[in-house]
Amino acid sequence: MPKPAATYDWPREIHRTLRANAVRQVSYVPDAGHKRLIELCHGDKRMTVVPLTTEEEGIALAAGAWLGGERSALLMQSSGVGNCVNMLTLATHCAFPLLMLVTMRGEWGEFNPWQVPMGQATRDILERSCVRAFRVECAEDIGANVDAAAKLTWNTNAVTAVLIAQRMIGTKTFETFEEGP
Amino acid sequence: MSEPEILRRRDVVSALLQRRGKLLVVTGLGSPTWDCAAAGDHPLTFSLWGAMGGACAVGLGLALAQPRRRVLVVTGDGEMLMGMGSLATIGARRPGNLAIVVIDNERYGETGMQKSHTAHGVDLAAVALACGFAGARIVRSSADIAGVRAAIHGRRGPLFYQVKVKAESLPLVMPPRDGAWLKHRFREALLGDGAMG
Repeated sequence: MPKPAATYDWPREIHRTLRANAVRQVSYVPDAGHKRLIELCHGDKRMTVVPLTTEEEGIALAAGAWLGGERSALLMQSSGVGNCVNMLTLATHCAFPLLMLVTMRGEWGEFNPWQVPMGQATRDILERSCVRAFRVECAEDIGANVDAAAKLTWNTNAVTAVLIAQRMIGTKTFETFEEGP
Repeated sequence: MSEPEILRRRDVVSALLQRRGKLLVVTGLGSPTWDCAAAGDHPLTFSLWGAMGGACAVGLGLALAQPRRRVLVVTGDGEMLMGMGSLATIGARRPGNLAIVVIDNERYGETGMQKSHTAHGVDLAAVALACGFAGARIVRSSADIAGVRAAIHGRRGPLFYQVKVKAESLPLVMPPRDGAWLKHRFREALLGDGAMG
């Protein structure tokens, strides 16, 4: 059984893995599931953190970073994958290495029906767009998966996505919303 | 009253890229890519043939990775309109070494010369200024081009110039179209031995 997220600091493990793989630029459109990782990256002087208005900017940003010799990772939630589709051609056609970390919505105990269509389509859309997807269900597996994706990304000029299951992130974040108006 | 001057896009781009030195250049898809190729292909020009709306964000990633080099994005009004959010993203980071030149013919030149939003009064320079750019303005006179070129090389950014040009269809001048090759060429020219790392 996967442990509840509260017992394992998986965002710190992701941050440590990004650091170990020399990721210098981190861009994001916020997601509640990435809240702690975003804070860790902002607190890291060796990382240049770039908040985006839409996820596709992060794909173009990563291409520019690589032209300039830096590694870039992109954080988003699954709805953001839909915003990326055409821009992914920049990464896949030119073989720009790109690592995406995607927190999933619309799959495990989701309360917002508007999240479901994109959440259900996320993996298919990525794979049809030539992105290699790794799925993580269990918090303890995150470091190994992010590291494997990072190695594939920068050793083979690949575009990869680590999909972080909604079950793993936990429902607590969303209960806050459910209690709201 | 004399007739207002009408700038020609190839003259403008050619003048801006004269004696470019160590300038790093990203071109937005369509006519700006052809304009930059007409001015002379260069290993430190990365030409986009697609990725509409992404030119400025490519420039931002490059400017952040290479803070000691000047970075110029040359793009068109249609491409810029699709990526207008990236002006806010650049405004929030304020890289001092990044300049954007929009060659604004107020048309979608590759698809039949349909009018773009700038033909209806949308002021991209005002948007850039509102996003926190250090300098942003519309350029209409050839007398101003030398000053724009000097600013690209030396003035603290981010800078934004919206250069109004004649709506004209010109012969295509195409740079190499293989993006992976353009990427390797650029990285080798900029990073040398580090390019394969």
